[in-house]
Order: sequence, then structure tokens, then C-alpha cells
Amino acid sequence: MTVPATVAELVRQFRANGRIVIVGASLAGLRAAEALRAEGFTGSVTIIGDEPYEPYDRPPLSKQVLKGWVPADHTKLPRLREVNAQWRLGVTATGLDRAAKQVRLADGEQIPYDRLLIATGTRARQWPNPDEAALEGVYSLRSRDDAAQLQKALAAPPSRVVVIGAGFIGSEVASVCRELDLPVTVVERGSAPLVGALGGVIGEIAAEMHRDHGVDLRCGLGVSSLEGDSGGHVRRAHLSDGTTVDADVVVASLGSIRNVEWLEGAGLASGFWGVGCDAGGRAFDINGVVTDSIYVAGDVARSPHVLYEYQFLAMEHWDNAVLGAEAAAHNMVNLEPHYRPHLLLPGFWSGQFGLNIKSVGVPPFGDEIVFTQGSVKERRFAAAYGRRGRIVAAVAFDHGKWLEYYGKLIEQSGPFPPPPPGWDHPPDMKPIPAEFPQPGVPTAIPDVVLTGHDPSERGAEFRPRPR
Amino acid sequence: MRIAVDLNRCQGYAQCVYLAHKDFRLTGQEALTYEPNPDDERRLQVERAAAACPVQAILIDRLDGAKGSATS
Repeated sequence: MTVPATVAELVRQFRANGRIVIVGASLAGLRAAEALRAEGFTGSVTIIGDEPYEPYDRPPLSKQVLKGWVPADHTKLPRLREVNAQWRLGVTATGLDRAAKQVRLADGEQIPYDRLLIATGTRARQWPNPDEAALEGVYSLRSRDDAAQLQKALAAPPSRVVVIGAGFIGSEVASVCRELDLPVTVVERGSAPLVGALGGVIGEIAAEMHRDHGVDLRCGLGVSSLEGDSGGHVRRAHLSDGTTVDADVVVASLGSIRNVEWLEGAGLASGFWGVGCDAGGRAFDINGVVTDSIYVAGDVARSPHVLYEYQFLAMEHWDNAVLGAEAAAHNMVNLEPHYRPHLLLPGFWSGQFGLNIKSVGVPPFGDEIVFTQGSVKERRFAAAYGRRGRIVAAVAFDHGKWLEYYGKLIEQSGPFPPPPPGWDHPPDMKPIPAEFPQPGVPTAIPDVVLTGHDPSERGAEFRPRPR
Repeated sequence: MRIAVDLNRCQGYAQCVYLAHKDFRLTGQEALTYEPNPDDERRLQVERAAAACPVQAILIDRLDGAKGSATS
């Protein structure tokens, strides 16, 4: 046989009888398994998940579930096709042996693979003082169980809720509290809510929104400690300015931590920022060389993005999990030159205080912002972010229909300020500084800051917030 | 039945709210929330809502009612 014929035969055999292991049983893991079957892979698929539940959808947890409209166990993800997988749920992957090509599980079992997909995602950063974190009434919000417990606590109802951190989750929790007519205090170390993700200009608008809805918003402050009663229930938060807030529910929304500990010693480019991979989802080893058998998708993946100077981006977005998983699955069962890149224009949404906040692109990559449509006063507007004369992102408050227009401009490296869409211009269209925090200045959501490595501007070390 | 809405895609046209108001709600002008596991009795309304979505953002489980367990 010729070499190409031999390679083609090997690929055929792998697609028929190969063993693929997916670690992570959430959105990315499920969509990857479905995509593998769609690609015609008929070998074995094993999906490992540390929670005992089949894959569920997270966005509803901080909104309709907390509000009490939808029970937490009503969030199982729809299945788009049969995956015929061996499910190993409720067991944690604890190690990876790349030489033996095996994943080690907490119950001692070793699962062999020919190709591996890492989709272990992130977890909520817990309140750093373990004794205080263990107080009854202290919650974080990431999993289905978290949402069920917090919903119950909010329904009790508490006399006051303290939310630590005004990123997206913290703001959504505060919004739900107000919808439930609960008194809520939000403590944010940065200058305004959402400042890490959207900058100070938009952050100020978000701050007004909180206050208009009766949130007791305290910015530029931290929580220095939590105090419990003799029964071990949280009763009070001590703030860094010496004041105290009485509360019986505390929600720590301090951003997320990537689940990479199980990869320690495996020799992959994994760490605080996630697992490095190329735009096709192929993991880098510790030396920056691409692997042939290990792939990464979802929140835990970080790959270079062509539109953003090839900086490594980790995107904790819903469609990043879906599309990254599909690209990785395709590449797992195909060979060059049929690899597919995952070149997503990042985008996220958040519903809070009756408003739909959506964004495309990477706002913190920009240093200027211009309001291009609608009215800030009416909280119905679109704004574009720019850097060096190029549009790099856009944000919309109740103006979601226009994001496609801005998305197209971003994809084509359009000019900044962008040509106006010809409708609904605000009177003043002058770009102003977007006011992102300086690198290294901690915000409530340090993990959402771009995870690049351009040495000229990165300063990419994480500094634990002073307590 | 199980559904998910791709809220990146969703542009708040609210067709789903008109057609299946028990399972889709708008908070304010544009922010959609929904029941991810609607009662099977309301399948027809939910399927109509999904079909009517101008940006096809509503994903419906294809295995519901098919043979085999949902965890297969």
C-alpha cells in the first residue's frame, strides 16, 4: 500500500473502532459527543462528569431558577442526537497519564483513550476564608445544586442579602433579589458593576441601574470578613471601610476558577488561565508544541484569536462551548487538510433589572468607546469599542437586534468610530476613554479579563485581592 | 420535553411569547426567560414557538419520545 492509502485506512479504522474519552459532562462535553456521532464516528465514547447529573444548562440557574419559576432540576439540556456514550457521572477525573493514554478516576479506575477531549470547565471561586465560607447562609452560584440551595434561601425569605462582587452573576443575583422584593447590598471592589467586562463608562450606567432598582450598591469596597451567630449562621458582613451590613444570606460571586488541577504533572500547557490549545482545539504540551491526541473545548480552553492579535482568549460563553466542541470533535476524527478552526466572534448576554445586555467581540481589548445608537438616558442603546482606529467590540442595552451589524464590522476589522447604521443616532458621537481597570488592578471578575500573553501589555499575573 | 434557547441568537422578537406564553416570558423589552422542561402537554405550542422564531434560537430535544433512555 502507498503511504496515503495506509493513512486513509488508519483513519477509517479509528473512526470505526477508536476510543474517545470526554472529560466534562456539561454543554461542551455533550455537544462534542453529538458532533462525533454526526461526523460518523462509531467507536466508543465515554463521558466523565463529576456531578451526578446528566448535562444541564446553566444560564437559567441565575435567572428563572433563582426567581423560583423553574425548579433547578428542570434544566437538563436538550439532546440533538443519540450519542450512545458510556456515561460515568458522579465521579471526578483525578489524573491524566499521557504515556499510557489513560484518564485516572477518583474511584481508582483508569479509562484508556485514543483521543481525549478536555471539557472540564470552571467552578465558582469560593469565599477565601474557609471557616466563614462554611457558615450557613453563605452561597456561591455555579451548579444546579448551588441554584437549588440559594433559591430556597431566597424564598425563606431572608431579611437582607449581601452580594459580594458585581460581575454578571452578582448583578443577576441582585436583580432577582429586587424582583423578589428582598433588600440587597452589593459590595464591589471595582469602581462600578461589570467594570472588568465592559469598562467604567458602561459600569456607571450599570451602577445607576442597580440604584434605580433599590440595590444598596457599595463600590470601591471589599468585604473583609463574615460574622456568624452561635448557631453557625451568617449574620453580618464587615466591609473594608469599617462599616457592617447585617444579612442572613451572602452570595459570593467572585468569578471562576478553571478546573485544571487534575492535569497537574501531565505535561500539558495548563494552569491558572486554562489549557492552551490551537484554534482547532488541539492542546499544547508544556513546551507549546501541539499534541495529536488531546483536545480542549469550552470554558477551560484558551486559544489564539486571529482578530485579537492572536492573543490567547478563554471565553466563558455559551456558544463558545457549543462551537468549540463541534470544531474539536470534527478535528478529532479528521486529518489535515480538513481541520476546522474555531473562530468565534465572542458574544454574551445577561438579563438583569428588566434589561437585556448583550455584547459581541472583546470589549476589554478596546480602549475607547462611542455611543452610536439610542439613548443612555432611556437605557436603550448600542455602543462600540475601539482600539487604534479599529472596532473591536460592541455592547447593547435592549438593542440586541443591532449587534449583528456591529459583529459584521468587527469581523471585517472595520473602522472606529464605526460608520453609523443610519438610524437613531444619539446627539453626541464622540469617542471617549472606555475606562477599563489597569492590568493588575483587581476587579470582581479577574478571570474574565482577556487571557492573552502579549508581553508588551499583559502583566498577566494574578494578584489575590488584599483582604 | 426539553428545550434550550440560544440567547446569543435571540433578538427578542417575542414570537415564542405569543405562541407559548406559559413557557416563554419577556422581562422588560428584550430579556427572555423560559421553562427549559415544558410539560409534554404543551409540546404543540412549544414546537410552534420554535418554528416561528425568526432567528431559530429555540433548540428542542430530538430524543424526547424516541425509544431509548435520555442518558444514552
